[in-house]
Amino acid sequence: MTRVFISADMASVALGADQVAQAFVDAGCEVVRTGSRGLFSIEPLVEVETADGRIGYGPVAADEVRTVLDGAHPNRLGDVAALPFFAAQQRFTFARCGIVDPLSMADYAAHGGWTGLDIARSADPQAVVDTVKASGLRGRGGAGFPTGIKWQTVLDAPGAEKYIVCNADEGDSGTFADRMLMEGDPFCLIEGMAIAAHAVGAGHGYIYIRSEYAFAVETMRKAIELSAARIAPFTLEVRVGAGAYVCGEETALLDSIEGKRGQVRAKPPLPALAGLFGRPTVINNVLSLAAVPFILSAGAEAYADVGFGRSRGTMPVQLAGNVKNGGLFEVGFGITLGELVNDIGGGTASGRPVRAVQVGGPLGAYFPPSMFDLPFDYEAFTQAGGLIGHAGITVFDDSVDMAHMARFAMEFCAVESCGKCTPCRIGSTRGVEIMDRIIAARIPEPAPPTARTGTLEKALYSRSPDRIDVSPGAQTALLRDLCDTMKYGSLCALGGFTPYPVLSALDHFPEDFGAPAPIPQAAE
Amino acid sequence: MTFTRETDHGTPPALATGRNVTLTIDGEAVTLPEGTSIMRAASLTGTAIPKLCASDNLESFGSCRLCLVEIEGRAGYPASCTTPIAEGMVVRTQTDRLKQLRRGVMELYISDHPLDCLTCAANGDCELQDQAGAVGLRDVRYGYDGATNMGQPKDQSNPYFDFDPSKCIACSRCVRACDEVQGTFALTMEGRGFDTKVSPSQGQDFLSSECVSCGACVQACPTATLIEKKVVETGTPDRAVVTTCAYCGVGCTFRAEMRGQELVRMVPWKEGKANRGHSCVKGRFAWGYAQHQDRILKPMIRSSIDQPWREVSWDEAIAHTAREFRRIQDQYGARAIGGITSSRCTNEETFLVQKMIRQGFGNNNVDTCARVCHSPTGYGLKTTFGTSAGTQDFDSVMQADVMLVIGANPTDAHPVFASRMKKRLRQGARLIVVDPRRIDLIRSPHVEADHHLPLRPGTNVAVLTAMAHVIVTEKLCDEAFIRARCDWDEFQDWADFVSEPARSPEATAPLTGVPAEELRAAARLYATGGNAAIYYGLGVTEHSQGSSTVMAIANLAMATGNIGRPGVGVNPLRGQNNVQGACDMGSFPHEFSGYRHVSDDDARAMFESAWGVKLDSEPGLRIPNMLDAATDGTFKGIFIQGEDILQSDPNTHHVAAGLAAMECVVVQDLFLNETANYAHVFLPGSTFLEKDGTFTNAERRIQRVRKVMAPLNGHADWEIVQLLAQALGLDWKYSHPSEIMDEIAALTPTFAGVHYDRLDAEGSLQWPANEAAPDGTPTMHIDGFVRGKGKFVVTDYVATDEKTGPRFPLLLTTGRILSHYNVGAQTRRTANTAWHPEDRLEIHPVDAENRGIKDGDWVSLRSRAGETTLRALITERVAPGVVYTTFHHPDTQANVITTDYSDWATNCPEYKVTAVQVGLSNGPSDWQEDYAEHARQSRRIIPEAAE
Repeated sequence: MTRVFISADMASVALGADQVAQAFVDAGCEVVRTGSRGLFSIEPLVEVETADGRIGYGPVAADEVRTVLDGAHPNRLGDVAALPFFAAQQRFTFARCGIVDPLSMADYAAHGGWTGLDIARSADPQAVVDTVKASGLRGRGGAGFPTGIKWQTVLDAPGAEKYIVCNADEGDSGTFADRMLMEGDPFCLIEGMAIAAHAVGAGHGYIYIRSEYAFAVETMRKAIELSAARIAPFTLEVRVGAGAYVCGEETALLDSIEGKRGQVRAKPPLPALAGLFGRPTVINNVLSLAAVPFILSAGAEAYADVGFGRSRGTMPVQLAGNVKNGGLFEVGFGITLGELVNDIGGGTASGRPVRAVQVGGPLGAYFPPSMFDLPFDYEAFTQAGGLIGHAGITVFDDSVDMAHMARFAMEFCAVESCGKCTPCRIGSTRGVEIMDRIIAARIPEPAPPTARTGTLEKALYSRSPDRIDVSPGAQTALLRDLCDTMKYGSLCALGGFTPYPVLSALDHFPEDFGAPAPIPQAAE
Repeated sequence: MTFTRETDHGTPPALATGRNVTLTIDGEAVTLPEGTSIMRAASLTGTAIPKLCASDNLESFGSCRLCLVEIEGRAGYPASCTTPIAEGMVVRTQTDRLKQLRRGVMELYISDHPLDCLTCAANGDCELQDQAGAVGLRDVRYGYDGATNMGQPKDQSNPYFDFDPSKCIACSRCVRACDEVQGTFALTMEGRGFDTKVSPSQGQDFLSSECVSCGACVQACPTATLIEKKVVETGTPDRAVVTTCAYCGVGCTFRAEMRGQELVRMVPWKEGKANRGHSCVKGRFAWGYAQHQDRILKPMIRSSIDQPWREVSWDEAIAHTAREFRRIQDQYGARAIGGITSSRCTNEETFLVQKMIRQGFGNNNVDTCARVCHSPTGYGLKTTFGTSAGTQDFDSVMQADVMLVIGANPTDAHPVFASRMKKRLRQGARLIVVDPRRIDLIRSPHVEADHHLPLRPGTNVAVLTAMAHVIVTEKLCDEAFIRARCDWDEFQDWADFVSEPARSPEATAPLTGVPAEELRAAARLYATGGNAAIYYGLGVTEHSQGSSTVMAIANLAMATGNIGRPGVGVNPLRGQNNVQGACDMGSFPHEFSGYRHVSDDDARAMFESAWGVKLDSEPGLRIPNMLDAATDGTFKGIFIQGEDILQSDPNTHHVAAGLAAMECVVVQDLFLNETANYAHVFLPGSTFLEKDGTFTNAERRIQRVRKVMAPLNGHADWEIVQLLAQALGLDWKYSHPSEIMDEIAALTPTFAGVHYDRLDAEGSLQWPANEAAPDGTPTMHIDGFVRGKGKFVVTDYVATDEKTGPRFPLLLTTGRILSHYNVGAQTRRTANTAWHPEDRLEIHPVDAENRGIKDGDWVSLRSRAGETTLRALITERVAPGVVYTTFHHPDTQANVITTDYSDWATNCPEYKVTAVQVGLSNGPSDWQEDYAEHARQSRRIIPEAAE
């Protein structure tokens, strides 16, 4: 009987993988459902086991079973791993994803699983923490805080009860790495959490998954059941979110697990000292925890050898939006933005010129192609007025209206604000209103300079909308002040980072805001 | 005192660690305890950092973002409320950059706030307004055509405060106050982002939500969103006077905020050591009775109780009363008259009434309403420990690890202290409740009792002795404590007694109804759970074995060493505001002030020399004895100050017969109460707002009552007693209550150090306050018991004679409810009736179904003493076989049902156990109809002839 491998990943299924799989079952094949390899232009991907190894075909339609089995299908890809998109990657974390049966304990063990845990458990907790520190691993959720130092704080915190919490509330637009890993290699995350538990002395862990990730929830729950004996005495459970983006913020996430309104806590106290239920808590992103089994099994050096500056190891970059080769690309830090977008991503899917990319989700900055030599590195991005975040890259072609994108950033913040702090709660709504005024004012022509700017007309007790200066210039100045208040006044990153997309759009694309275009790059 | 607001340091004090840190704030070096917030540190050293969401009675929250500061070496602008101080930290609170940020935040606030300051009720008393000024906001560039939260409907359902969500700034202070301070969790923030709103319960209005109207949210609100209706009507206050609440024994202190002679609002005083800035619906809001139209402001007399009242001058009323009392004494003997002091009046007034009786009447026929509530506490604790009072201060509960609550319903009867208890329980303290009913404390948000022992009414002694059995037989006693502090032989006698198999939980379970395993677990927890504190109420004392129960409680505390330090102790929760004080002041027929027996020659000699008369060495009559003597024809006249014995005392028929048999009943009260329907002289009383004096609360704390307005009736109560004493020929010349306190201090060793100057300077003193304890005594019996060795007393369980049977198969127990106080004379004359317009009979669904009773049906309630009707409330809060009602409404007359059984030692009535039958009813009982007619006739008033 012919054995074929077809992804059951949510993205593959969305592209028709279930129907294709059924067709192969109907044709008498043994179908193994894997995770996704991570290149969506070739999904649904079918890999046929042959004497020469797995031969890939993709995309494949449900009525094309015969030609695939014949080897005559026009989309024959050969060895998938040898495709340039995959050959260029350094898959530390996603090494098994798309290859193994996600819920096969045997497959996991056969592909190097549990080695990291066994090594960790044979060492004392401090040694494990030291290894993670030496690897240079930094929080993959966005903040980039050194994981080993966080673990050290929890290890050193007094308390009989400690927790490991995995943040799988992956809410950034254009990101899907957490989901892919949980669906494609759930034991990897479980192993990472078990290692963390050993390192800090925790007995129980939670995986907080957003409610939209129904497949991941189901896969993780099954995987936890299957591996319970392997990770004992450490225990794990899945908690499902309720649709709030802000619950991806670590303290709001903790409140949500505790059954409270998902609202950001003020820090201090740090979750590492007083986290879940007031106990010392490691809270890490899926990708941080999933990087740990490799670090333990291959050694800190193998991980730290890869990277750039203070950003060590690999980053599973997610290419999305208007991009030709959308998918997951795990690579060492230091690759440039241009390489990622143009070389790996192959430019836009529409074929039009790239005008902007947004890196780091809805709160990330927009970059014009003039900044494409920026290396993928936490510090370099910070310096350039942006952030890596969860390493989602969303590509836009030249039809994008950046004023609308700035408005969207404010609107996103308004929709997702928890409502606790004032800059975010009120500021985001005011930001939308300012953007509406700017957008209204730039078309058809600049507002005539009427007598709207006198001091009396701006009196505090005025209720007339006419009494404020609605010219694009005044509104843009107000927008900058608002962004300043939000950036430095907000309680958490939602309000604090919303100014990144807004200001980067304004700075790099002023012509979309009714102002003159910037001086061409020649001036550089 | 003029009107100044209390300083709010923004965050609570740090938990004491004993370590200090030094930092620099705006260039000034500051040393403060570790854990203090930057905001508090700045405030304590005179720098007010702008803030809106912070308040020093709430944990820091960090939402308003006005309090941002700069810290050298730290990125960004941390919120000063959530950032603790650290050694060497350099903080700047006022820079141009901070001004810019704060103005930016304030601009956002004001962009969603109505600009109706001039017509807003909080104008001049609004933190938002103040902070807008403080940050220098001059312009709102966002305009006013954007989205707002304005225009939402007001919620005016609560009778005392309005909720106007249009003015809300979503600071969550109200929600946090409800959670952290009150512990009711009635409020929540609903929705998110710009739509975040305060919501009582799940989108209900305040009145129909779980809100208990404690006022904490109103106090916390920095705008006019939650504001007292009275402020809306009257305007903001212009002066404030600190005084003490006249409701329950918690003794909350309040700022009476006044506009001229008009009381605008009562706001709990943060410095108050009993209430720590918290309040309940009664003290905070239910003071309107003081101006109620029912108040009687002119003296009245009549020759018989079937005549209408005749208004007379004060001179005539006083002269008439003195004449009548002297006539009766001439005719029937010196002991034919007596008096009752009031637990609602001040220490000074109470002292004067008993002095008038002992010195002027020449007998010891004085008693007080403590007779019917905590007299067993006096007897029991005096016998075992040597003093008649609770052993702790209220703060002690914050160090308790286990609370044993017996026969008390703190969330209803002592709500402000209950909030402290709940706070401690939320911190992890364990809870045991011994009560026939499922009181709220057993399960409320974030509080759950570890053990509820639902005993059958009347079996307290059996339950407590069974707990002792477990503690002794399982060797959980604190032998070192007992050997050091108690009489070892007495302990052994007691231990032998409780160890007998007949006292075991298993043996007594059939009669107590408490499962043995549950009782054993509770006893183990009490004995081994760390600091264990007992809190008890009238469910302990108002039984035929009330005094035995108090002693059984004392035995438990001594056996486990839970006495003599913070966090432990035996704590009677006193019912009335000054019931402790009334007892302290010599209101009992056998005791002078300070609990010295009248047969004690030294004590008597001291008073005889001070008062210049010979005093009787024989104890006088107790209230029930006075009534018995009246029906026997030997007791003919009584002076009753501030107590309504017809409604509050048991067996109403007997009380009525006793009063009707007297020739001169003098009632001094605010209203024509039920007792006044049997009176011949009515002397209008003054409210606590109209006089100076002191109250002593349940923790022995003596606090000042201060006059905030002139007495509407013309005289403070102490002045009226002085007028009467003078008319009786006594040479009294007090010009101020402080002089009375000076006399009390001179004549009472435990009060020797009490003086108004000290009370004014220190806020309060807990007696004993004397040379041995110059700063007063928060915790008693620290190094030794007042009586020397603690005394274990054998408490044999004796079932009450009040037994159920075929005619009366149910047990009635009585109590009170949050919104009403005692006989309801005050609270029924306020909007508190919105919550509890009538007394209801709680009955278990099974008992109701057996009788065909549906919720809300009128039912008759019968005992061998009498019959009344009221409406049924079907609930599983009571066990099958037990029914429960309150006694707040005279129409119900719950005490028609209660019997004249009483405590063997003190005659405290057995209110808590009456065998009754319940059945469907068509209307009021004959007694209710007759009484209503009598009351109507009796309350007729003929105005004073044209003046």
